[in-house]
Amino acid sequence: MSTRGWFRHTALALGLAFLYIPILSMMVFSFNNSRMVTVWDSVNSPTLRWYVRLFENEQLLGAAWISLQIAAMTATGAVILGTLAGLVLTRFGPFRGRALLSAMTTAPLVMPEIIMGIAMLLLFVSLEQLIGWPTGRGMLTIVIAHITFTMAYVTVVIQSRLAGFDDALEEAARDLGARPVTVFFRITLPLIAPALVSGWLLAFTLSWDDVVISQFVAGPGSSTLPMEIFSRVRRGVSPDINALATIMVLIVATGVVASTVWMKRQERKRLLEEQMARSDAG
Amino acid sequence: MFGKRLVIGVPWFWLLLFFAIPFLIVFKISFSWMQPIQPGYAPLFSWVEETQRFVATLNLSNYEVLFRDPLYLNTFLYSIKVAAISTVLCLLVGYPMAYAIARCKPSTRNLMLMLIILPFWTSFLLRVYAWIGLLKTNGVINNTLIALGIIDQPLTLLYTDFAVYVGIVYSYLPFMILPLYANLEKHDLTLLEAAADLGASPTKTFFRVTLPLSMPGVVAGCLLVFIPAVGEFVIPSLLGRTDQLMIGTVLSAQFFGARNWPVASAVAIALLLALLIPILLFQRYQRRELEAAKR
Repeated sequence: MSTRGWFRHTALALGLAFLYIPILSMMVFSFNNSRMVTVWDSVNSPTLRWYVRLFENEQLLGAAWISLQIAAMTATGAVILGTLAGLVLTRFGPFRGRALLSAMTTAPLVMPEIIMGIAMLLLFVSLEQLIGWPTGRGMLTIVIAHITFTMAYVTVVIQSRLAGFDDALEEAARDLGARPVTVFFRITLPLIAPALVSGWLLAFTLSWDDVVISQFVAGPGSSTLPMEIFSRVRRGVSPDINALATIMVLIVATGVVASTVWMKRQERKRLLEEQMARSDAG
Repeated sequence: MFGKRLVIGVPWFWLLLFFAIPFLIVFKISFSWMQPIQPGYAPLFSWVEETQRFVATLNLSNYEVLFRDPLYLNTFLYSIKVAAISTVLCLLVGYPMAYAIARCKPSTRNLMLMLIILPFWTSFLLRVYAWIGLLKTNGVINNTLIALGIIDQPLTLLYTDFAVYVGIVYSYLPFMILPLYANLEKHDLTLLEAAADLGASPTKTFFRVTLPLSMPGVVAGCLLVFIPAVGEFVIPSLLGRTDQLMIGTVLSAQFFGARNWPVASAVAIALLLALLIPILLFQRYQRRELEAAKR
């Protein structure tokens, strides 16, 4: 192993330590008995008292339920719209307004959230002035805003998946007389299924996590979990937030690992089936 | 034919209504007068009964304020400085990592990528919050350094520029690594062998071959960090200085605190204009990437 190999491994190890130490320290201190969050009380720790307190906190639980509903609706809406946009951009060839659609699906990826938040709120206010809808702000306006910014991510995921294989299979199906709708549901959709899953999960996480845009478009009684957390942590560190973070990290880690393994397996199965089909034909 | 139009039309109109038109509304309101009653801004056009005409009342003072009040120019420049320094730091941390992953065995490579992406899936807000516990005066870092006898007095780490840099680098690191990795992974390693055969040292090979080839990845990664970092709001409000605000915080204060929507809109438009060139650059990169993937 050369000196460069040594350098590479050190860089990677340090980088991963940088990424994980804050998360691990938060998890460790969630079991600390002391109120003084970062001073370890070695007599009475580890303890589950902050977890107990967390589950007694109706306000946080209520906010978590609201966030969960919003994230599920957002992810579903974003997958539908994002898949349509991805399909249109990769498979439909040139049409009028294509450049605009392409620009509108990449801009949200880098647009500072605060600008999008203001823009969305002013749209809802103007619409209400103009046509009386949406009346006030709440979950509906949050979902609309979240779908808009997350569908861009779904579109990119779908686009790169569709660009990954040529449209020979779709063309074959068309040649055999399948209608476009049939081609989509029987050929395209199964092929992009892994991208649909990762797109849904991505949109769900982005929505579940968003605080800036929600803050602008939320109304009374529709505080999401990140909004609640934000208002708490602005006042300083609190041990029950450490407990909440630990639970969320564990759920996410399990989910991401499980879905990655599942998708790998699906992909292998698909490749195997494709190979078998090819050898049958040949 | 109708079906095709419908498939194009649904996402197109959704984004037009909820993404493009809102910017026009912000633009319009940035020229309005503030109004204490709902909706918070006066209409630009009003029908005047006596003259039977539409009258436009344009207000340019919202923009004038941006230039006259040093607060705005100051926070603008500070935000750009913070974002630029953080982007460079992110590149310095991210490049060696992306390089190391790209040169790993394919089996380890996937595991490493997953380890990079995993924190991105966990709450951004909570990851920023984790740094409060580390950087506080009696936080984990200070306690550890004092216990090791390296320092006697705790360092002031939290609520400083340094804390904001750390927060931005930490939160946006995957966005830097992924495009860099995507680029580095495609490099033809025989080029490196050729350079070595011709007598170039590994360092020289890196600076003359690898680095120039990876420039598209560097540019994409930097844009993905820089653009959102300029308008960052959560990180400076949790970790940053209280005597020097970033533009995102000022924007939010104008909007929610002062409830001056026209000035807030003008700030948003100015921010958007400042970021327009980087955003267009990013769009060009994204288009090229997808076209390259098609082949």
